[in-house]
Amino acid sequence: MIAVRPAIGINRTLLGVAIFIASESIFFLAIVLAYVAYRDAGLATAKATLDIGRTAVFSVALFGSSGTMALAARAESGRWLAATIVLGAIFLTGQGSEYARLLGEGIGPGSALFGTTFFTLTGLHGLHVLAGLVALGALVAANRRRRRAVHPVAWEAVGMYWHFVDAVWVVVFSVVYLGTLL
Amino acid sequence: MTAVPLWVRLPARERVGWLRTVDHKAIGVLYIGMGVAFFAIGGLEALLLRAQLATPEERLLDPETFNQAFTVHGVTMILLAVVPLLVGFANYLVPLMIGAPDVAFPRLNALSFWLSLVGGIVLYFSFLAGGAPDTGWFSYAPLSERAFAPGTGVDYYILGLAVNGAGTIIGAINLAVTILLMRCPGMAISRVPLFVWMTLVTSVLILGAYPALTAALVMLLVDRQLGGHFFDPAGGGQAVLWQHLFWFFGHPEVYIMVLPAMGMISEVIPVFSRKPIFGYGFVAGSSVAIAFLSFGVWAHHMFAVGLGDTENAIFSATSMLIAIPTGVKIFNWIATMVGGRLRMTTAMLFAVGFVAMFVIGGLSGVSLAVVPIDLAVTDSYYVVAHLHYVLFGGTMLGIFAGTYYWFPKMTGRLLNEVLGRWHFWMTFVGFNLTFLPQHWLGAVGMPRRVFTYAASTGWGPLNLLSTIGAAILAIAMVIFFVNLVRSLRSGEIAGDDPWDAFTLEWATTSPPPPENFASIPAVTGRRPLWDRKHPELRDAP
Repeated sequence: MIAVRPAIGINRTLLGVAIFIASESIFFLAIVLAYVAYRDAGLATAKATLDIGRTAVFSVALFGSSGTMALAARAESGRWLAATIVLGAIFLTGQGSEYARLLGEGIGPGSALFGTTFFTLTGLHGLHVLAGLVALGALVAANRRRRRAVHPVAWEAVGMYWHFVDAVWVVVFSVVYLGTLL
Repeated sequence: MTAVPLWVRLPARERVGWLRTVDHKAIGVLYIGMGVAFFAIGGLEALLLRAQLATPEERLLDPETFNQAFTVHGVTMILLAVVPLLVGFANYLVPLMIGAPDVAFPRLNALSFWLSLVGGIVLYFSFLAGGAPDTGWFSYAPLSERAFAPGTGVDYYILGLAVNGAGTIIGAINLAVTILLMRCPGMAISRVPLFVWMTLVTSVLILGAYPALTAALVMLLVDRQLGGHFFDPAGGGQAVLWQHLFWFFGHPEVYIMVLPAMGMISEVIPVFSRKPIFGYGFVAGSSVAIAFLSFGVWAHHMFAVGLGDTENAIFSATSMLIAIPTGVKIFNWIATMVGGRLRMTTAMLFAVGFVAMFVIGGLSGVSLAVVPIDLAVTDSYYVVAHLHYVLFGGTMLGIFAGTYYWFPKMTGRLLNEVLGRWHFWMTFVGFNLTFLPQHWLGAVGMPRRVFTYAASTGWGPLNLLSTIGAAILAIAMVIFFVNLVRSLRSGEIAGDDPWDAFTLEWATTSPPPPENFASIPAVTGRRPLWDRKHPELRDAP
């Protein structure tokens, strides 16, 4: 059954989430601008150490999770939600392995300007993915325990946040990783 | 009627009612209580500063303590006193003014308050943890970097402001959604009271400005705790990035603190002039213009950095532009009073005081937007005088006007008018005595943030005058607190509508019941209560 889709213009929760996302966008904009401002200083290191191919694969998992999230919200499906969580977790695992490799090569937040900006930007995004996973997990749990009590708006609201986290990665991946190709 | 329920009606046996309440009125009162407490603390810090500066070569405070005192005074007054006071009034009044039973997200509202308070406590905990931050309220890098501020003070500053800011952001989301979606039937956005308009515009400013501060704080934390280099010139970073991010927050923050106070006097002046506000649309529209412009003026705090003549010229021009929508408002208020039957209550005195003092602060602001003048007086007491004319002469007088006006609604009792007049005139005299001489001190070169000065500078007499003014101001505040406490206990019973007011908050009981309204008058114009009381004189819809 397809529920009546709540509209942002009249639903408090969705409008609240939309405004929150707008505010978060400014937060990320400031961090991205700092990265861009210092890009030249770290470009050589970025070109030498970042693994675009591997990260692209993990990024596809995150981009794909927006699709599964949309399916989950449309059908209020716990399975698609679980798939979203798995894809999000795959992305975080990939980011973790990238971190481990870089730290192993001696590149950390304190090593040089590139490390400072790279770990701050991707780390803050990673924390937002983690927060999204918590929200998804809560929705899965609520959905399993008392399906009828879960309001359709909850699916939409969690979905909006998840798409936002995904969209931020589009920007971060472009600026940080694809930027090394320029 | 013997026992008037004070502030809000909480269930009698609930001891932890204040800790678990989600009622917007109770949370509003909690915010106001927090603001009052921190206003007192920040005021005491200011008195310490003035005592130290009263005479040349004074040794009351050592330089380290002085640095901590002015830093914490600034942060306290701006983020822990004024903002919570304004958010508190907005929390209490907005749902009442738009005919709503509560805010959009009552539980989130409680979270906002507790985050704001915890942020303040974290900041003050620094005193116990080895020393408060001492790098100024704007905590410029690289001074705030670990190499130059090795203690934990700046770390508590970062955490305290980030947590406090999270609370403020969540509160702004809540108020914006409430105003956009919870207005009662007939309450079009073009009919809401101007205080509601100002709250909406302020919420937008908070949502745009605070995230930039949070981002800057995170970067500073990375620098200090993880050895990062964002603001560390030795590691390739740029200290000026901090200034850009901080003032991108910092200048809108000024309007976050001023617009709601303008909203307050836009309620007070019409009621005590017995006229509708002159040019409602212009007051609301000019605020939107101010908000828009306020995101494009931040570098006027950075003229002395050396960004370049082109940049300085652009930011000088945008800063001067803001004087236009601000000036529009001044004329709106004056035109509202012209030809009105003025009732000079204490609330009205403070509102008129706001207009007069804010004009002075606004004009000195325009003078500072002129780059050569700024280069001459930057970081001097001229700037201190300017910002206090805006934030005390403006915002605080507006908050006092609002307090005398809405205290009866919140408590069911009127504040004492005799004490109120003493409070006003002592404030007015004390304030001007404190800050007017600082214009001269700045013009003759006294820098801000110096813990003392030599007698040969000749700055002694004006500083002494300023300190005497501060003492008078302190007495005025004592009178105010006495008035608050006395009136709370035994003030005259106010009734629902003591001022013969216009707007919906006066259509319910004082204090209002938990659900706010038993019945809401039909809203067909901007003065729904007036329309109900005087159907023959109702405003054209």
